[in-house]
Amino acid sequence: MAASPKTLFEKVWESHLVAEPANEPALLYVDLHLVHEVTSPQAFEGLRLAGRKLRRPDRTVATIDHNVPTTLDGRVHIQDAIAAKQIDTLRKNCADFGVTLYDIQSAEQGIVHVIGPELGLTKPGMTIVCGDSHTSTHGAFGALAFGIGTSEVEHVMATQCLPQSKPKTFRIAVEGELPESVTAKDVALGIIGRIGTDGATGCVIEYAGSVIRSLSMEGRMTVCNMSIEAGARAGMIAPDDTTFAYLKDREFSPKVEDWDKAVAEWRKLASDPGAKFDRELVIPAIELAPFVTWGTSPGMVIPVTDVIPNPAVTKSDADRRGFERALEYMALTPGTPIEEITIDRVFIGSCTNSRIEDLRAAAKVVVGHRVHSKVRAMVVPGSQKVKAQAESEGLDQIFRAAGFEWREPGCSMCLGMNPDILSPGERCASTSNRNFEGRQGRGGRTHLVSPMMAAAAAITGHFTDVRTWEFRKEEVLV
Amino acid sequence: MQSFHTLTSNAVPLDRVNVDTDQIIPKQFLKRIERTGYGDFLFFDWRQDPGFELNNPHYKGAQILLAARNFGCGSSREHAAWALSDYGFRCVIAPSFADIFHSNAGKNGILLVTLPEDQVQLLLDRAAKSDGYSLTVSLEDQTVKDTQGFSAPFTIDPFRRYCLLEGLDDIGLSLRHADELDKFERQHDLAFWVAPKPYAAKTSQETARA
Repeated sequence: MAASPKTLFEKVWESHLVAEPANEPALLYVDLHLVHEVTSPQAFEGLRLAGRKLRRPDRTVATIDHNVPTTLDGRVHIQDAIAAKQIDTLRKNCADFGVTLYDIQSAEQGIVHVIGPELGLTKPGMTIVCGDSHTSTHGAFGALAFGIGTSEVEHVMATQCLPQSKPKTFRIAVEGELPESVTAKDVALGIIGRIGTDGATGCVIEYAGSVIRSLSMEGRMTVCNMSIEAGARAGMIAPDDTTFAYLKDREFSPKVEDWDKAVAEWRKLASDPGAKFDRELVIPAIELAPFVTWGTSPGMVIPVTDVIPNPAVTKSDADRRGFERALEYMALTPGTPIEEITIDRVFIGSCTNSRIEDLRAAAKVVVGHRVHSKVRAMVVPGSQKVKAQAESEGLDQIFRAAGFEWREPGCSMCLGMNPDILSPGERCASTSNRNFEGRQGRGGRTHLVSPMMAAAAAITGHFTDVRTWEFRKEEVLV
Repeated sequence: MQSFHTLTSNAVPLDRVNVDTDQIIPKQFLKRIERTGYGDFLFFDWRQDPGFELNNPHYKGAQILLAARNFGCGSSREHAAWALSDYGFRCVIAPSFADIFHSNAGKNGILLVTLPEDQVQLLLDRAAKSDGYSLTVSLEDQTVKDTQGFSAPFTIDPFRRYCLLEGLDDIGLSLRHADELDKFERQHDLAFWVAPKPYAAKTSQETARA
């Protein structure tokens, strides 16, 4: 008798079950544990206090990304004593427990969710965890990857597994063809706008459909990255030739003799025809546009051509109050066209949009233009490798010539744990993932957009529909 | 971990949807390497507003927090659970919670009670109107009651309930499966296509065999 058809998620889940005790969560094996400075110190300390060892240093990899300043000088002598201590603590912990650390000066340093895939540490069919909610990024490769808290970090360090209740499955198919200048970021924002920030709570999303298939790995990572913003436990995409082409010859990808065998294993992962999902949703690509968030939750999102909505559209009193509070915080009035909103800052970076393709897309908009005189704009590559690649393509020259700051890799202004922050009242077009109150600095106002939309806003000084952009070929020297 | 049985306490109404962990504990306090001392920073930015609920002396010492839908969304920072716990909260009641926060709360002895939206709204309204409004939450009976006649049952994952009642550290629980783990791992290490560093994994396998 043929086995019943299985989803991608079920295949990965079942191949990692260590134990299934009755009336308890399953014990799930963890293939790769990514570690950074912010959510690990208390976990390492917990191991020490309990006299426990790190079970698998070879399945544990660390980098420094959240706290690190993005200027060359700032990185050598970190002014913030508390941040410096946290970074030194990670160094000591990695040395004590035998963990590979991609330190600030290393040629592989970068945002943890950028370097994992870039080094080939991330692979299809793996289970990956990290004390960071955007671990969902790695699901772009067909891995089951999710964020955990620090107690769970300690649990994985001690046991290389985690007790987990089985999540539900949610298939979201984006069908058709993306309109011109509508990007992976707009797919992510469009989905969140449609289902809400708790629309996928308790679920693992599998993204499917012709639009997802047509995305590059960078685009797929952007989509999976923001799964958590829809409340999902994880997001996954079935591995295919695009995935394998990306992984081939990466530092930790299987080599010559093993490559074909690995690909053969990875090909088995895609959801079987007829596999059942707990929920399904189809989104026609034609409904997607360049999106801009207007409020303080990623679900508060509308096309760039829309106007700020009226609180009367909300369903409940609690929602209406949240809506009004967001309008007040963002200093916006219902009825204002998005394209009339002027900005002070632009941030192109973060684990959502700091990869080479993101920088290429932004540079294409910037070529031949100059940053608006009232705007301060910065580009922060996601990793040293992305930075080097961009520089080899001359993208840094395009950005610098236009008036952008070209920075060193790190989380930067996505979460304001380093010197890159907004001042109170400043309004920012940001390619990051969260527009929560104070996320980029207390009193700062964040609008989430794609790299192309951020680049266009930097030049005009206000949100601008990139579908109408005048793309220039040559750099115009002023 | 502190165990949870029955709690009778004042309740603070926080009638806001989608309260994210960035609000519960803002980023600047995540640079510390300690596990304690976060209570002073709980809802740090919101507490700058004198009208914010936690600044109301009526709610001083409350151990129960009432909130609206999707509480604890966003970042995975366990500091949010540490801050709530350190401040003195032992229980949060809301119509829904974000997944990672749910897990973090459980590991810190905080009981999360999910009740239907209309029931939570009733409790929010009562807590906002009557001084010293108090609730009794029993994990043993799985009920929430007030002194004005409200009584509602709640459901909770049986294993989560057991861990909270017993105050169990779950690393110890997982290590009950140490033999299964060893066996699984020996086999699983052969699957180099899901090893982060396939060559290192092979080496450890060969070492194990030798």
